[in-house]
Amino acid sequence: MSEPILQLRGVSKSFGAVQVLHDVDLTVRAGEVTALVGDNGAGKSTLVKCVAGIHPIDGGEIVFDGTPATLGSPADASKLGIEVVYQDLALADNLDIVQNMFLGRERGKPWLLDEADMEQAARRTLASLSVRTVTSVRTPVASLSGGQRQTVAIAKAVLWDSRVVLLDEPTAALGVAQTRQVLDLVRRLAEQGIGVVLISHNMADVFEVADRIATLYLGRMVAEVPTRDVTHGQVVELITAGRSGDLGLARPEKVVQ
Amino acid sequence: MATDTADPSTSEPPPTAPVTPGRRLQNLLHANPIVGPLAVLALAILAFSLVNPRFLAAANLGLVLQQVTVIATLALGQTLVILTAGIDLAVGAIAVFASMLMAGAAHTLGVPGPVALILGILAGTAMGAFNGWLVTVVRLPPFIVTLGTLSVFFSLNAVVSHGETIRGAEMPPIMTATGDTAFRIGAFGVTWGSLIMLALFVVFSYSLSSTAWGRHVYATGDDLEAARLAGIRTGRVLLSVYLVAGVIYGIGAWVLMGRLAAASPNIGAEYNLNSITAVVIGGTSLFGGRGLVVGTLVGALIVGVFQNGLQLAGVDVVWQGTAIGLLVLVAVAVDQRIRKVKR
Ligand SMILES: Nc1ncnc2c1ncn2[C@@H]1O[C@H](COP(=O)(O)OP(=O)(O)OP(=O)(O)O)[C@@H](O)[C@H]1O
Ligand SMILES: [Mg+2]
Repeated sequence: MSEPILQLRGVSKSFGAVQVLHDVDLTVRAGEVTALVGDNGAGKSTLVKCVAGIHPIDGGEIVFDGTPATLGSPADASKLGIEVVYQDLALADNLDIVQNMFLGRERGKPWLLDEADMEQAARRTLASLSVRTVTSVRTPVASLSGGQRQTVAIAKAVLWDSRVVLLDEPTAALGVAQTRQVLDLVRRLAEQGIGVVLISHNMADVFEVADRIATLYLGRMVAEVPTRDVTHGQVVELITAGRSGDLGLARPEKVVQ
Repeated sequence: MATDTADPSTSEPPPTAPVTPGRRLQNLLHANPIVGPLAVLALAILAFSLVNPRFLAAANLGLVLQQVTVIATLALGQTLVILTAGIDLAVGAIAVFASMLMAGAAHTLGVPGPVALILGILAGTAMGAFNGWLVTVVRLPPFIVTLGTLSVFFSLNAVVSHGETIRGAEMPPIMTATGDTAFRIGAFGVTWGSLIMLALFVVFSYSLSSTAWGRHVYATGDDLEAARLAGIRTGRVLLSVYLVAGVIYGIGAWVLMGRLAAASPNIGAEYNLNSITAVVIGGTSLFGGRGLVVGTLVGALIVGVFQNGLQLAGVDVVWQGTAIGLLVLVAVAVDQRIRKVKR
């Protein structure tokens, strides 16, 4: 088992009076795909946004490469090599593909951007993701299909020298072929030594690509187990009831690490 | 990250919408927002010169440029604000107030001309920054903010100026120098004010297209949340836009004094809507994130050409407003159509 890159220890997060994350532990290892599952509203996206530096956490700590990290802004996260594909994609519709992929991290001088360099890098990355139907990387994102937008959002995340990539339901909008591509990509990222977190409601996908499965239930991490040690049925039980046999809420300490 | 080379032939293409001619036009207009306004301008020039050949006379074209200069300058600041999905109803109030402060400082207080001009531009900047502060820190909608400060600045203006016009002869010559002719080609005269206006357009055309700041202005106006998630400090970007718009309005105040050969507190009410008109006709989306400042220049020229051309054609002045209003409606309708390029 490879060494942990990113660890959440006892992370809590509230929005006003509503506590969304309770004392959450999670370990992301280099070269592994960790699936993060849980019902609607379990807190998966919130957890991702805490790691991304968008929501400040109320308690606990986020450890990166063994040292506690301060994640006060998205820029902090990307500096560490944490990249996120958000559930709603977070693309600016009127900007073109290149502009979106480099948004906030443009290349060149601040007073003179290096468009040629960015365009070339964007092309290379898209090619590596086997995207061929996009006629021009200068197309505004608004005119792309759902699947193409999804691919651009993913390309935006893998463009950088990333250590950890979190994908929040990256296949939700996709057809069969595109889903296939994204799952293959997820595996490839892990093979390159990146720590990957995949959020998905699709159990078949999860069981296909994940090395470990972490289950959130009402904001609590109820199980974090190797995929081979659990069955579909058990994971579904964990998601819906928070426990399954000796896994889950009854004996939460047992399953850590 | 190493870009590995997966075999592209194994993947199926994602679904794309069929490309119909209508959709291609939409895409063209989306990618080149300047095409529409330029076509309208060219057609208008052609039509008016056919109706009355005097329209194309050098002296008349020079007049059109002069008539357009003030609105074009103010509309440049307005464009920046609208690109961030905001709106600035206080543009006229800021420009007129700044011009009264410039003139008052020079005339009443005897401050040297250049210093008075700088004070006025700083005042414009401060008023713009105040709007920006209300929008970004107090988090009020731009429409409400500038509706409020419109009244505030106009009232303060009345108090400070006592409602009195200061004529050009009562001030140092530099105060109205923007109205002087810089050069002429035959009968076609270009004022310093027009040159300043054109220079501002060049500067901001560059800034918006080629700098990180410009990119962030577009992104912030297009999708505030996406920009924030990309690590852009959207609050700062918005504040900078209102502040820079204030600088432009301050410079516009100087251009205004040159055009009027005076500083008058009783004008400017129509500048708000006229500047928005130029921006909209110029193809910039009121929803933010799409448009070009060059479009605004073209938009202002379209308005100027229509007003002048209809006048030369002997059309009653009430029809000018009707024509401009229809143009605005067409421009907004086109914008709505273009937005539907989306999936
Ligand atoms: N910014 C916010 N302010 C207040 N409440 C929030 C905010 N973001 C999320 N929540 C609440 O936190 C809870 C968890 O939401 P979250 O989006 O993390 O769920 P999720 O597991 O991603 O669900 P889904 O599978 O539907 O995407 C929900 O009850 C939601 O209403
Ligand atoms: Mg979610």
